[in-house]
Amino acid sequence: MSIALFRIDDRLIHGQVVVGWGQPLELRFIVLVDDEVAGSEWEQELYRMGVPPEMTVHFVTVAEAAAQLPAYVQQAQPGIVLVGDIGTMQRLVLAAPGLVPTVNVGGVHHAPGRLGKLRYVFLTPAEEQGLRDIASHGVVVTAQDVPSARAVPLEEFLAASGAD
Amino acid sequence: MITMSEQTAMPVRAVVAGHGQFAVGIISAVEQITGRGAAFVPVSNAGLCLDDIQGAIARALDETGAQVIFTDLPAGSCTMAVRRLVRERPGTVLVTGINLSLLLDFAMQDLPAEGDMQAAIHAAVQTAVERGRASLAVYGLEVRT
Repeated sequence: MSIALFRIDDRLIHGQVVVGWGQPLELRFIVLVDDEVAGSEWEQELYRMGVPPEMTVHFVTVAEAAAQLPAYVQQAQPGIVLVGDIGTMQRLVLAAPGLVPTVNVGGVHHAPGRLGKLRYVFLTPAEEQGLRDIASHGVVVTAQDVPSARAVPLEEFLAASGAD
Repeated sequence: MITMSEQTAMPVRAVVAGHGQFAVGIISAVEQITGRGAAFVPVSNAGLCLDDIQGAIARALDETGAQVIFTDLPAGSCTMAVRRLVRERPGTVLVTGINLSLLLDFAMQDLPAEGDMQAAIHAAVQTAVERGRASLAVYGLEVRT
């Protein structure tokens, strides 16, 4: 499978994704799944400027991502599917049944109503349930900000409080 | 509002934003070498989402009157946040991929006390960028084919 990572990261394209994961996994494309960004040329240009020339970015809606996921999986070179929030990943898992085997929670940062689970994961009760719903579809959900860190299983980080 | 350092009475010239302790670290190096670390205000992206990074940098600009932001990595979240700010705030300047030589040059340039301050700042940025680029050097590298 050429999708090396299905990642939830509220910063979308940034250093951890492009350098931290991109170089060791030799990523050659990013599927950025965001309905708003998919409709904004300016936002797309902003994110496109953040990736090295050897990396292609596809800006798609959830519906487009679900429809094109079988083709992305067949790509010869590895890529990453990137969403900005848990709700978007939930919608993608539902829209593309069986095509999302794992989910990497890479960055859901502090906001009002969220409780700290790990240094880089803060969740509302609804978001906790959202991750459990994703897992209920047979998806392996872990939290891991960078490749050198340990992948923390879902139930372990949901039970955690504060920094890891 | 221009914030003045109590020690040097030097106005803040720019915000430095980056990953982890990058900004604090590189500003401490400027301070150690020149005593002009007060020319910069640090912002870290640690633990912040994109909107909060943008908010933190915007507050730093508002509190200091600075119009220049230096960031560490072109693909970094601070750079993404600042590019949005630049769009909202005409006259704001972003320089990304900075190094210590660039910051030292920017801190050491004399700026006029009056006149077209924005033009002077922009010229200082341009000069500092050229100094930063020129400072990259490699010694002892052997390329085998």
